[in-house]
Amino acid sequence: MERNPMRRQLAIMRKSLFDQGHLDEQFIELEELQDDANPNFVEEVVALYFRDSARLILNMEQALEGKPFDFNKLDGYMHQFKGSSTSIGAKKVKAESTLFREYCRSGNAEGCVRAFQQLKKEYGTLRKKLEAYFQLARQTGPMETASRPK
Amino acid sequence: MNSSIGKAYMSTASSSAGRKAGDAAAAAAAAADQFPAGLRVLVVDDDPTCLMILEKMLRTCLYEVTKCNRAETALSMLRENKNGFDVVISDVHMPDMDGFKLLEHIGLEMDLPVIMMSADDGKHVVMKGVTHGACDYLIKPVRIEALKNIWQHVVRKRKNEWKDFEQSGSVEEGDRQLKQSEDADYSSSANEGNWKSSKRRKDDEDETDERDDTSSLKKPRVVWSVELHQQFVAAVNQLGIDKAVPKKILELMNVPGLTRENVASHLQKYRLYLRRLSGVSQHPGNLNNSFMSPQEATFGPLSSLSGLDLQTLAATGQLPAQSLVTLQSSGLGRPTGKSGIPMPLIDQRNIFSFENPKLRFGEGQQQHVNNNKQMNLLHGIPTTMEPKQLAGLHHGAQSMGNMNMQVASHGSQSSQNNPLLMQMAQPQARGQMLNDSSLGHAPRLLSPMGQPMLSNGIAANVPTRNGIQENIRAPSYNPVPQTSSMLNFPMNHASELPGNSYPLGSTPGISSLTPKVAFREDVNSDIKGSVGFLPSYDIFNDLDHHKPQNWELQNVGMTFDASQHSNSLQGNLNHAQSVLVQQGFSSGQMNGQNRSATVVSKTMFSSGDSTGHVNAQNGNQPLNSLLVDGTVRVKSETPTNLYPDDFGQEDLMSALLKQQDVIAPAEHEFDFDGYSLDNIPV
Repeated sequence: MERNPMRRQLAIMRKSLFDQGHLDEQFIELEELQDDANPNFVEEVVALYFRDSARLILNMEQALEGKPFDFNKLDGYMHQFKGSSTSIGAKKVKAESTLFREYCRSGNAEGCVRAFQQLKKEYGTLRKKLEAYFQLARQTGPMETASRPK
Repeated sequence: MNSSIGKAYMSTASSSAGRKAGDAAAAAAAAADQFPAGLRVLVVDDDPTCLMILEKMLRTCLYEVTKCNRAETALSMLRENKNGFDVVISDVHMPDMDGFKLLEHIGLEMDLPVIMMSADDGKHVVMKGVTHGACDYLIKPVRIEALKNIWQHVVRKRKNEWKDFEQSGSVEEGDRQLKQSEDADYSSSANEGNWKSSKRRKDDEDETDERDDTSSLKKPRVVWSVELHQQFVAAVNQLGIDKAVPKKILELMNVPGLTRENVASHLQKYRLYLRRLSGVSQHPGNLNNSFMSPQEATFGPLSSLSGLDLQTLAATGQLPAQSLVTLQSSGLGRPTGKSGIPMPLIDQRNIFSFENPKLRFGEGQQQHVNNNKQMNLLHGIPTTMEPKQLAGLHHGAQSMGNMNMQVASHGSQSSQNNPLLMQMAQPQARGQMLNDSSLGHAPRLLSPMGQPMLSNGIAANVPTRNGIQENIRAPSYNPVPQTSSMLNFPMNHASELPGNSYPLGSTPGISSLTPKVAFREDVNSDIKGSVGFLPSYDIFNDLDHHKPQNWELQNVGMTFDASQHSNSLQGNLNHAQSVLVQQGFSSGQMNGQNRSATVVSKTMFSSGDSTGHVNAQNGNQPLNSLLVDGTVRVKSETPTNLYPDDFGQEDLMSALLKQQDVIAPAEHEFDFDGYSLDNIPV
């Protein structure tokens, strides 16, 4: 019974993640993969994503410190980063990645820097929200069936 | 809905009785159609997140998943276990290796369906996937629905293989299928061996058509027929392997409809092949496996070739000693049930029978899918076997030709063999066949027999090889037997080697081969080398992938030829040598054999030096090593690549000769010195 409010809260959190555009359909795909064999699948994947992408963020930061920018390298990193982000459904982060790549391709150093800052911001926000979400989810117990946001 | 579908899967998997009972249709379907379930998928992606998700998705589809985050790891996994996977899914952008490169490697070596994936959905990238031969392209993020149907690619590929097989009568398809079932063989051999054997064979089979098609947007997999390959090799040699760029090669080849891309990918294979030759480690066992695998099915009977058979064949006099050896080695080498052995012999034959380049035993061979595959190797025999070499071969071939005939007439000792032999005849797959068969047997033969092994071995092989035996006779052929290259060799020479044209198809003589081999015994005492033939099996396998292999064999064969005629070394020595040589070149595995081979070949060359190309060979160490090794691995001892820069026959010859030197110490007690080539009764 106590879980009901928690469950409700969890559902609200989840919905807001979608509504605010932080997550997209792909996240639901992950949720649907979760089953008895892997009850914490989504959380595990997301944790893995943040671990791995942190490395890429660091690489990109270092690359952005050098002058002039190595756009190819930056684009390469961002391509990887985008791929990961897309696979977990990180919508906003993905959008920022795309923007960054465009700046890279056009050789717009300033644009790259700005886009990267924005990207880091979104990335940080998503991370915090998902951490809170999963923490609550663990307390709440097994999630109900994944449902698409209204 | 994913969830519902996923649930369906899960429920099936979880086997909730109630659910299953309730959902009769689903349960029935799940139970009845087991096939997609259990599909062995290898997924390669450097992104751990994607990898984890894909793995989960594939597991949900009830597939057997192996994940890998590095392309190199994936490739070695595939090589170690060629038949361990049904389909590969790979990301395009990877740090250690470009996804398309991996795609090519897999296509060449394992011929598995490969699905590319990328977050990049640009038209160019997708097109690249198509042109590189990917059977599908998935855009990330990949949804489970997209993965659920990937099994169709596996089915399609198998279906096509069989279709080709039937059409061309080559064993390719069959091989492929067989290959699938016979992992062991393939996996054990060096990757190279199998790599493209099946693929190659398939390609070879459909040379013309594919070629035309490939020039269009379609998959650029041109079918590299023997002739085409010969042209290619000639062009490469003309330019020099280091300077051979696709554009120039294309220009030199001047083949309408051939695109630069076709040449580029073929060149890559060729290079891989060469590399493999030079670096192939000898796997005694592999020999048998690689080649044999496809052939195994067919060769089975071949293995039954006994020394007697070979002897008989040899006796018939047609089989050059070498071929006998090869045959033996190949056939005997593979004691295993796998038909393997037949191949080697067959290859030889093919080589010889290459006279009729497109001699597709395949027709008859169809049954021996394996053979075809093998054969392809042969026909890959580079053009290096230029006319002069061919001429040399001819000499041998002539005699061989007779032998072949004889062999053929023997009737199919081993029904299977014949097909193999047939295959051998086919310029294309021959190489492969021989390798397998010979390889398989060769080693065996030699070992137990010891010296006489060669002859005996050959004899053993001979039976199956009937056709091959003949080849043995012809100095030129012998080398070929083991490695598919040998087979091809004849092909190239097509006209030149009269002997070559052994009607491999007539393989019934396979059994006859053995007899031939037997006669080699006279000479052989040192034919130990025949054992070495086995290595060629692998070579062939490898060759299959790369036409190059064939080349090697061819050269080898050539060299032998030259010497053969002149010397009556036809006896075992010749066989051994020629066989070894052939093998040596291609696979280098002929380690054990190589030695003998080298020795033999030396003798042969020196004595016979009729064609002169024998001498030239000195540079081709690989042969020696190959021969000596007994393992199919071409590379075993070849200090130099089998394919020295100019892979011409000269190279082979020199390589052979060199090998001989190297191999001399070989376990075989070929006492070539004492050999009087003249004694070899051809």
